[in-house]
Amino acid sequence: MQTADNLRQYRRQLKAALKNEFQRTALDNFAVAYRDGREASFAGIDRTGLIEQIGTLKDVAMARLDELFDQFREKAEAAGAIVHMARSDTEANELISRIAAENNCTRIVKSKSMTAEETLLNHFLENQGYEVIETDLGEWIIQLRHEGPSHMVMPAIHLSRNDVSRLFSEVTGKQQDTDIEKLVKVARRELRQRFVSADMGISGANFAIAETGTLGIVSNEGNVRLVTTMPRVHVALVGIDKLIPTVSEALLVLSGLPRNATGQAITSYVTWITGANPSAASDTGKKKMHIVFLDNGRSAMAKNPVFAQALRCVRCGACANVCPIYRMVGGHAYGHIYIGAIGLILTYFFHGRDKDKNLIENCLNCQACKQVCVAGIDLPRLIREVQKQIIGGEKGLLLASMAAYVLKRRRLFHAFLRSGRYIQRPLAGKTGYIRHLPEVFFKDHKFKMLPALAEKPFRDRWDPSRFSPAHPKYKIALFSGCLQDFVYPEQLEAGLELLLTANVRIDFIPEQGCCGLPLYMLGEHDAAADLARWNIGHIDPKKYDFILTLCASCGSHMKENYPYLLETDAGVRERAGQFAEKVIDYSSFMVLAGSVGTANAGTKTAKAAYHAPCHLCRGLGVRRAPRALLENAGYEYVPNDEEETCCGLGGSYSFKFPEVSSAILDKKLGTVAETGAEILVTDCPGCVMQLRGGAVKQERPFRVLHMAEALKASLSHV
Amino acid sequence: MNPQKLVAQFEQKARAVSAVVKTMAGIDDALAYAVNVCAQKKACAVLASGCEYALSGPAEELCGLKQWEKLMAVPNLSAPDIETLTVLCRDSGIGLIRQGLAAYAGGIDVGLTMADFAIAATGTLVLNCPDEDLRLATMISEVHVAVLRSEDIYANSDDAADRLAGFFAASDYTAFITGASRTADIERVLTLGVHGPLELHVLIIDASTSS
Ligand code: SF4
Ligand code: SF4
Repeated sequence: MQTADNLRQYRRQLKAALKNEFQRTALDNFAVAYRDGREASFAGIDRTGLIEQIGTLKDVAMARLDELFDQFREKAEAAGAIVHMARSDTEANELISRIAAENNCTRIVKSKSMTAEETLLNHFLENQGYEVIETDLGEWIIQLRHEGPSHMVMPAIHLSRNDVSRLFSEVTGKQQDTDIEKLVKVARRELRQRFVSADMGISGANFAIAETGTLGIVSNEGNVRLVTTMPRVHVALVGIDKLIPTVSEALLVLSGLPRNATGQAITSYVTWITGANPSAASDTGKKKMHIVFLDNGRSAMAKNPVFAQALRCVRCGACANVCPIYRMVGGHAYGHIYIGAIGLILTYFFHGRDKDKNLIENCLNCQACKQVCVAGIDLPRLIREVQKQIIGGEKGLLLASMAAYVLKRRRLFHAFLRSGRYIQRPLAGKTGYIRHLPEVFFKDHKFKMLPALAEKPFRDRWDPSRFSPAHPKYKIALFSGCLQDFVYPEQLEAGLELLLTANVRIDFIPEQGCCGLPLYMLGEHDAAADLARWNIGHIDPKKYDFILTLCASCGSHMKENYPYLLETDAGVRERAGQFAEKVIDYSSFMVLAGSVGTANAGTKTAKAAYHAPCHLCRGLGVRRAPRALLENAGYEYVPNDEEETCCGLGGSYSFKFPEVSSAILDKKLGTVAETGAEILVTDCPGCVMQLRGGAVKQERPFRVLHMAEALKASLSHV
Repeated sequence: MNPQKLVAQFEQKARAVSAVVKTMAGIDDALAYAVNVCAQKKACAVLASGCEYALSGPAEELCGLKQWEKLMAVPNLSAPDIETLTVLCRDSGIGLIRQGLAAYAGGIDVGLTMADFAIAATGTLVLNCPDEDLRLATMISEVHVAVLRSEDIYANSDDAADRLAGFFAASDYTAFITGASRTADIERVLTLGVHGPLELHVLIIDASTSS
């Protein structure tokens, strides 16, 4: 559970998490195993189609929550259950404790429920003197340790068998083995006795089917079945977002949930409960069955056009599984109660701004969560939206508003960058890197070499006459992006050189400014929209076949976010759409233009590893083109499993969270080194900055090149 | 999909999650199989699973409640089947229980139940079990032996949706059971038999071979 008051405290917590070697290894192994398991479990299934169906059916359901609730209540009550609605977490806790009191219950067994974690139900009941025992093995372990879950599906993934053995030795008062099988059996017996003596069972639910008033609960261990069977009273605490119209729809979601959660086609058990069932322990012979629905802000969310989609979440946990930050720091540092990408969002709504204000900054915008979400939630987008709301409440957030001020004033910004190269001279010498970073500002940023500003920006070197053929095949507007304009102009020049013979007309419109992504990442959406308007205003999409950029980040921002940011601006909405359509990345364009022939194919000049920028592979969905180019250029492309894992830069992220950024970078460089590659190629100057900075600092045996540089270098081998 | 293919797919999927799947010519073979499983349970397994380890006082007490004979729970078998079983069990020294299972939470060796139907795509058994004893037999037994008729296999859950909705029309408890009880909560190591059965056996009575 992340509870830091300020960013500094939060960073301290992150640093401690990074030092947890056991957790690091466990999560690393898990990240790899999860990826493979998930792929295998979806074999033969139209995954994209299924995700779309789940998203749509959940959206439709969330739009008619009131109606579904009424229907559910009618059906469930007809079958003997009592249905309650709790508006807040406290109301839910009080309701449940009242049910316990009314039925003279004192011993409660519980199966896993994130909703009960959300309301801190156990604390509440224990404070009232009830005995509450978690019966899911992982939940029991963390309950005994007085911890919260570190993963929504595997709550104790941060603990080793030795931790568990020590804990069980304490609990049983007898020395326990470290053999996992034996530990599980000990838990089986210890908890079986709790089931026998319990008078109330509390469960969550994955589905609340309106047409029949049925609860559906998935589990692997079988504890849910005992919790809902052995005690005479059963209380289910269910978020109203679990309401779903029909049995068929619940089955459809069920076909995706376990696959995405653990790579299982289905969990060992799915329990379907309608109303009150026979119960030998009850004086009436029937179970006392209560269903408590929890709102806690959900119905307001359902009405919010931006955030309603967060209610699609089925709590599969996958958005944490694939998150490069989660992989490094684990769930206690990467969530308040809800963990992972969805946790960053829900924490704001369920637990308030204060609990989320540090967490929300801890995102690379790498899009890995969006790609894996079984409900098709655009998680990174919602994270940015929450961030915007949080910043909106804190007017004086200095960094963001200063950046907005400078970036929006193009001339000022460019003048600032131009003068920067004079200031850096004593720091950089002629090395191309800034050698002596002022200790006070940069003590945590020494994990990579930072590039110096170029002597002359691209805009001052540009010679339009070289790209003005009489009958061009394509007309192109070049979008340079700040990083290549002012730091890496040689990348642009290399890229353009390869297009000299391609018979294309290239315009570089000097009015263009920053794409605006850095501001969007800082939560300054209005300023980002202003920059979008500016660039769209100066580059007329109708005049060009393509708007070409060698920066995957600019490209994906312009293609995806421009239309989004300008959605409500009727004046430019249409043009923003046209603009976005024309945006193309370098690798895709080179394949299209056919200007890297296969002349070198098969010559195997050097071993080349590839790093897929997040904004290219997930943002723009480009995967094949860069690999094809490398092979065509005669490189021996050596694949690795982490090609699509973020490099850890995330724009300003690496300045906010240098420790996490550098841990992600280390892992990346280590994986590349294992391939024996001589060069590491990528399509984004931001990734180049991060990867090259790290590779130089660590004296890795490979060079880091932008695709344009790699292609140019291959020509000189001919 | 033709029935043979459905059986084959069910078998493959159920085995993939460590269920034991056998084809039986008729119910009598299935009964004999279940008795045999119970009789063959290793001598040390007369102790309820976990009772051989160091436990706390109350947990140990519950182990003591386990009867010192082998027990088989048969909550939803027909009268003639019970008759057949009674004879088989008497010979093997196995006690039969048909109701009041909650009193045996300490441990039952084998639970023998009839499944309503199955879903081939995931190797899932479906048991409609509002009856508490039937439910418990599939939860507290160490080995769950389920009998399934080959004609009761649906290709996927969608095909079974109407049937399920029918179950759910009144107060109801329905279980999907796929393999044995499992956990991976400690170091992600897969371990079978955490709260529910340690083993699941599915006996398919093939309509085409039985009379
Ligand atoms: S965008 Fe990337 S860093 Fe951010 S939450 Fe999603 S997976 Fe994690
Ligand atoms: S947001 Fe998506 S991926 Fe994350 S837990 Fe929810 S459904 Fe799973």
